Amino acid sequence: MFNAAIMAAEEGANPLIPNGWEILVTLAGFAVLMFIVIKFVMPAFEKTFAERTEAIEGGIAKAEAAQAEANAAREEYKQQLVDARAEANRIREEARAEGAQILASLKEKAAAESARITEQAHVQIEAERQAAVVSLRAEVGTLATELASRIVGESLADDARSARVVDRFLADLDNQSAGAAK
Amino acid sequence: MIALALPAETTDEGFVAPTIEDTHYPDILPWGGEYGVWFEGGFGKQMLLVIFSVILIASFFMAASRRRQMVPGKLQFLGESAYGFVRNSIGKDIIGGRDYLKYVPWLFAAFFFVLVNNIFGAIPLLQIPTFSHPGSAYAIAAIFYILWIAIGVKKHGLRYFKLAVVPSGVPWYIMPLLIPIEIISNFLVRPVTHSLRLFATMLAGHLIITLAGSAIEYMALSGSILLQGTGVLVLGGAVAMYMLEALIMVLQAYVFTLLAAIYIEGALHADAH
Repeated sequence: MFNAAIMAAEEGANPLIPNGWEILVTLAGFAVLMFIVIKFVMPAFEKTFAERTEAIEGGIAKAEAAQAEANAAREEYKQQLVDARAEANRIREEARAEGAQILASLKEKAAAESARITEQAHVQIEAERQAAVVSLRAEVGTLATELASRIVGESLADDARSARVVDRFLADLDNQSAGAAK
Repeated sequence: MIALALPAETTDEGFVAPTIEDTHYPDILPWGGEYGVWFEGGFGKQMLLVIFSVILIASFFMAASRRRQMVPGKLQFLGESAYGFVRNSIGKDIIGGRDYLKYVPWLFAAFFFVLVNNIFGAIPLLQIPTFSHPGSAYAIAAIFYILWIAIGVKKHGLRYFKLAVVPSGVPWYIMPLLIPIEIISNFLVRPVTHSLRLFATMLAGHLIITLAGSAIEYMALSGSILLQGTGVLVLGGAVAMYMLEALIMVLQAYVFTLLAAIYIEGALHADAH
């Protein structure tokens, strides 16, 4: 075998002429390698790459979602705070208005009461004056007639007459006082 | 030549440099015929290494991609970085667009297939970059030749061939000159350079290491103190060349994949070029 190889070599084989078996083995080897790469190696690596990318991007998305949620909660609290403040203001304002209203109504009521009392007093005074006038008139009449009858000695017991005299006298008095008032 | 295969007989004839034939090891499972002839020869070390590389790459990436953890462990991180390198800095940056992912498995498989097979040349005992045999280089370049033409035809229909060879914005009277050049450069020269670049760099690097190695052996066994002293210098040079070769192995895997991506991109956007 060695000798055969040597003989062939001695003929000065062209180094560019390939050996068919080597070609076949290389083609077959490359084909097997391609099959394994396409079937197993590449999908596995690509899947890992994709999963890793997704994991990283998913983490970022999750963080962003949490951030957004926190922001929303903060906004909500702020809003609630503003609402509460407005509510408190409103209540205070209402209370003030109510107080003012109550005060006003109380004042009004007091004024009305005082007016009523004054009115009542006026009426009573008027009534009492009237009564006083009536009783005074009666008394003055009686006194006057009695006085006159004593002076005159004539009984002025006749009621009708005496009443007339008294009335005339009083009317004179009224006229005098009216004239004085003018 | 005979002397080379049997180095023990050569010492008294002076140094005979190893040749390309020496990069072809005896068959492990011979089934007749010899190297240098189509479909002859047996199952050799090179083919064994090709199969080994497929097992190595496949098992590594299967193990690295199996766990699919959010926070990757060391193995998964290594696998993801390797995959992400081809996916992003070759696939995404060169092909781009929305559907570059469709072509990533081709680039990914090609990069690590070429890389591991090249690196074999830098590992003691394995010690042969499998693409220093032209058959493998032709095969993998042919795969991409067919792939990018198929992508072009699928994307643009038969109009693709017109788009690929008729440059736009060129006066009509230059066309007779340009069209043949475009045909030759795109459809004839491109697959050849794509494969030969890989094959030639690997073969050359391997030959240099082989040459240095056999020279060191010859000098060390020569019995002359002067030659042995020179052998130390050669050893230093060989280590430097080994480092350079290791760099070129990685670089060529990158270049091969990068060019494949550029060809695919050119086929996809033939109307824009």
